[in-house]
Amino acid sequence: MKVLIAVKHAIDYNVKPNIHTETGQVELAQVKKAINPFDEISLEEAVRLKERGQVSEIIAVSIGGAEAKDSLRHAYALGADRALLIETDAQLQPLAVAKLLKAIVAREQPQLIFLGKQAVGEDYGQTGQMLAALLGVGVGTFASTIQLNDDHVVVTREVDKGTQTLSVKLPAVVTSDLRLNEPRFIKLPNLMMAKKKAIETIAVSELDVDLVPRFSVISSREPQQKPGAIQLANVQELVAKLRQAEVLQ
Amino acid sequence: MSVLVLAEREGKQLKPSTYQAVTAAAAWQLPIDLLVYGDDVEAVAAEAKQLAGVCRVLTAQAGHLLHPLVEDVQELVLSIAKQYTHILSAHSVLGKSVVPGIAARLDIAPITDVIEIKAPSTYVRPGYAGNILSTIKNHEPVQIITVRATAFRASNRGGDAEIFTIDVPPAREISQWISEQLTHSERPELNSARVVIAGGRSLGEEFNALLDPIAVQLDAAIGATRACVDAGFAANDLQVGQTGTIIAPELYIAVGISGAMQHLAGIKDSKIIVAINHDPDAPIFKHADYGLVADLFTVLPELNSALQQS
Ligand SMILES: Cc1cc2nc3c(=O)[nH]c(=O)nc-3n(C[C@H](O)[C@H](O)[C@H](O)COP(=O)(O)OP(=O)(O)OC[C@H]3O[C@@H](n4cnc5c(N)ncnc54)[C@H](O)[C@@H]3O)c2cc1C
Ligand SMILES: Nc1ncnc2c1ncn2[C@@H]1O[C@H](COP(=O)(O)O)[C@@H](O)[C@H]1O
Repeated sequence: MKVLIAVKHAIDYNVKPNIHTETGQVELAQVKKAINPFDEISLEEAVRLKERGQVSEIIAVSIGGAEAKDSLRHAYALGADRALLIETDAQLQPLAVAKLLKAIVAREQPQLIFLGKQAVGEDYGQTGQMLAALLGVGVGTFASTIQLNDDHVVVTREVDKGTQTLSVKLPAVVTSDLRLNEPRFIKLPNLMMAKKKAIETIAVSELDVDLVPRFSVISSREPQQKPGAIQLANVQELVAKLRQAEVLQ
Repeated sequence: MSVLVLAEREGKQLKPSTYQAVTAAAAWQLPIDLLVYGDDVEAVAAEAKQLAGVCRVLTAQAGHLLHPLVEDVQELVLSIAKQYTHILSAHSVLGKSVVPGIAARLDIAPITDVIEIKAPSTYVRPGYAGNILSTIKNHEPVQIITVRATAFRASNRGGDAEIFTIDVPPAREISQWISEQLTHSERPELNSARVVIAGGRSLGEEFNALLDPIAVQLDAAIGATRACVDAGFAANDLQVGQTGTIIAPELYIAVGISGAMQHLAGIKDSKIIVAINHDPDAPIFKHADYGLVADLFTVLPELNSALQQS
């Protein structure tokens, strides 16, 4: 069974970007980037399925500039069999990404398609659900456990007050949540080997998808910061503050 | 021009987030229809019709909507979507799962996790783990959005909307509901509690023993960091933060929590933040209103007995 993993080369999750003082836009040119953590989790899950003999081929696909090759090499190091880059320097919005992925799904015909529940950075959290809807297949969002069978995948997902288990017919889209697994540590030899592997590139123009942005970010700002905590000396002072806040019954 | 709001229920009641979604939708100043669905809609419809600002309540009743599946909710909404210029839902687990697909099928870009509707097609939404608020102008002919419920107050009751029954498209049968494992807690719900007390991984095995009695006295919900949940000291659904529940209580008490960016993303909108940590340089203090530099293993029992006396 073929599995496709969408991999975003995203802003490093520990980085807090700056806002350009003149343009009022988030400065992304120089920031450190890495594989989106949720996509790394998807890859790990696919590798585990392959190790169990349930999956024959893992294809990682990324959409972005040449720099996205870094995340695809990371995918190779984790155990992907093939890596595709849909190359573009355009800033793509989720609907366009979903349409491009749909075109790749049509070419590759995977049975299981993993996306992250969100890409750190813009935090849209849309692409997987849109891809499933465009493909007319089922989706298991926020997966914390999956079990793959011949013609369906059982997905346990995190809901408001616990978990819910669904069975989704294949082909299906699954969006990974943090608790699906803990990605393995990549060994140096794997990393070295990944550097030598070929990354297939496809020009966006080949895929005939409308990429025109549907919305624009007019401006960005930082939320208001608190001035810093007033230090309390002891529990009595804390209780007094709680009383002031009228939270004591 | 009119607005369709997707309601959400818990058993026979509407979720509080539906009240907040209706308030958000009112910003457009257009007639609002509220869609309620399930295998039995009578009681929820009776509640929904009282929401101030709602013109019509549309009810969709079918056996397969008992445990609503993404594909079936999408089909239901798409069956009436043409009548609307605006579609809105809470940015809940269900809303996040169904709304982007509805939008994609209409070839419309959705705007998710909106915290403010500024003008008919201009929104504010957080990104970068809550570190940046962006103002977005949406150029689409249909506005489809999900809203962060805690950013809006709940709408009042006192309305008297008309109830309309709508046809339900057949089940898609692409996916199937198997089971649900819900945790039952005596505590109020995290996303609507007035007070939340949360603990980090340093509470260890004593997480519940230390926090429970205080939570009871403050009528507080209990939260946890991801590190604490991952270590197995607290249940998954207690996780607060970027990838857990986002909260905005009157009072948030962070105990033994370092204040990582991803945790802060979930608590920033709390009115008052109190941090208890033995490290005076813990980042959480920069984001708190009151701080207590102390060992949590002595402070929590002290706080518990002080509360008992007061
Ligand atoms: C993609 C991604 C998403 C994430 N999403 C979330 C999320 O939604 N929510 C979340 O919480 N985290 C999230 N995280 C994890 C986050 O980055 C932090 O690792 C986590 O919040 C740290 O939890 P902590 O504060 O319990 O632990 P630590 O960072 O280890 O902090 C422990 C704190 O306890 C204090 N302490 C220790 N002993 C005592 C004592 N005896 N008395 C008083 N204080 C004491 C220490 O001084 C320290 O400040 C995410 C991470 C990633 C990569
Ligand atoms: N440029 C991209 N290239 C590959 N996958 C992407 C890209 N953008 C988003 N995705 C996938 O979609 C998921 C959710 O992204 P988003 O909807 O932007 O939050 C990510 O975790 C990826 O799996």
